[in-house]
Amino acid sequence: MPVEIDIAHVARLARLDLTAEELEGYKAQLGAILDHAAKVQSLEGEPAVEASHPLRFENAFRPDETRPSLDRDEVLAQAPETVDGFFVAPPALGTE
Amino acid sequence: MSEDRALHDLTIVEAGARLRAGDTTAVELLEAVLDRAHRTEAQLHAFLTLDRDGAMEAAEAADDALAAGEDRGPLHGIPMALKDNLCTRGVETTAASQILAGYIPPYDATVVTRLRAAGSVIVGKTNLDEFAMGSSTENSAYGPSFNPWDISRVPGGSSGGSAAAVAVGSAFGALGSDTGGSIRQPASLTGIVGLKPTYGTVSRYGLIAFASSLDQIGPLSKSVTDAASILETIWGHDPLDATSYSGEYPELSADLEKGVEGLRIGVVGEFAGEGYEPAVESAIARMLDRLSEAGAAIVEVSLPTVDIALSAYYLVAPAEASANLARFDGIRYGLRVDGATAEELMAKTRAQGFGPEVTRRVLLGTYALSAGYYDAFYGQAQRVRAALRDEFGAAYEQVDVLVSPTSPTVAFRAGDKVDDPLSMYLTDICTNPLNLVGHPGISVPVGLDDQGLPIGFQVMAPALGERVMFRVAAEVERLATFNSRPVLEEVAG
Repeated sequence: MPVEIDIAHVARLARLDLTAEELEGYKAQLGAILDHAAKVQSLEGEPAVEASHPLRFENAFRPDETRPSLDRDEVLAQAPETVDGFFVAPPALGTE
Repeated sequence: MSEDRALHDLTIVEAGARLRAGDTTAVELLEAVLDRAHRTEAQLHAFLTLDRDGAMEAAEAADDALAAGEDRGPLHGIPMALKDNLCTRGVETTAASQILAGYIPPYDATVVTRLRAAGSVIVGKTNLDEFAMGSSTENSAYGPSFNPWDISRVPGGSSGGSAAAVAVGSAFGALGSDTGGSIRQPASLTGIVGLKPTYGTVSRYGLIAFASSLDQIGPLSKSVTDAASILETIWGHDPLDATSYSGEYPELSADLEKGVEGLRIGVVGEFAGEGYEPAVESAIARMLDRLSEAGAAIVEVSLPTVDIALSAYYLVAPAEASANLARFDGIRYGLRVDGATAEELMAKTRAQGFGPEVTRRVLLGTYALSAGYYDAFYGQAQRVRAALRDEFGAAYEQVDVLVSPTSPTVAFRAGDKVDDPLSMYLTDICTNPLNLVGHPGISVPVGLDDQGLPIGFQVMAPALGERVMFRVAAEVERLATFNSRPVLEEVAG
């Protein structure tokens, strides 16, 4: 199967701001890798696809109890910018 | 026997015996590995961070505890190294990425908590391919690691720093993570033992995620017994990991001395032929002869879907990576490159913070999951995974364990494969099927080729089959009598 890649669209979906030259390089490499990956289409038969976990078990739940969480100041100390206990970021909506 | 060897060359079992006999102290063991690191790091670059102060404090505490009669088990007082994608509270953790430069985790990974509770001394954080994506440790944003057997060659990857550190004696054991072979392949290329346990048996809490359905933490060590001690310390149910197994765990050490008499060992026919070095194939054949002489029945096994497992792997792993790495957005932690909008900030931050291999895999995974291609690629890869699971299941009805080379080649030269991603991916051909099915596998060194480079032998077992896997691995180790260590000219760093 010849692989069609709209690399600029994929980069936008992946939130990667790449130059035109970088995009061309990645497009060629992805083409070669996907040609190899397309071998998955040679699989014969329709095996039952179940959960990938090799050990069967029930969904995991914890007791619905409050307990200590990470220290807020220690967590926020890792953020590039904070104010009054909040993360600071530029606007996400209404910019287009 | 161990009396005339340098402290840093001892196994964990030997070091522990000396410690308990009062012939050495945890502080001396730590000083021995720190000195070894000091003399070899300029050539190997196994570590990204050495935590001398934290380690010394832990070693002193371990000595005090032993003096007070408190013995926490086989890892008590033993200096260990951690791959730098395992979170350590208060100690920088970068996953070898620029996007996490300077990141100080506010918590310990569960495996780190368990090592500390067992009295182990954490020496430092080891180099890796960025976010564990690679097979040579050349994709580290902080520069590559090198192989102590030949410093013009790679140590394998992605846990190449952990492997080089253990092989050269800068740590008595280490933890790595294995998503497609990233523990077993570097162990093979550096002449040590490395294993990936059954998926779900070692908590992934605090492991910086690459591909969550494939990732598993495991030990690298100088001996099979040491690997068992480390695994027994770190595994077990953890409520902080929703995929953690809560049932019965196998007893690892029970059958280590039992030999292979009466066991059926399956040789996977697909792991041979084109691309496999003759020295690797003949080392495997010699070991099979010895196992047969030791009483095992050697059976040829075919797993035809293994031939397309790598193709499935390079769809599933990047797909999961593209989702997991979405968290690196420049807002909550790590690098930020400013932008006028949140999207611009994210796209600029990620383009600058991710190296080429990570960028490539995020693009690949995003494409494989995108509208119009999902079923042909990702959906079909999941069917390959199911077919593999069925084939391995059928094979284990005939045999107790499966065996193969760990890597089709010995350590390759640094720079040889960096510009050809596909040829790099092919180095994981013997290891990644186990990640797709979630089964355990261990690499044991069985010899050197004529250039003096180590060759690893892989023993595979069904899910939770670690007991028989260790039984066979211990016999392979005895039969191989591999006790070479790399000879590296020491150069003070």
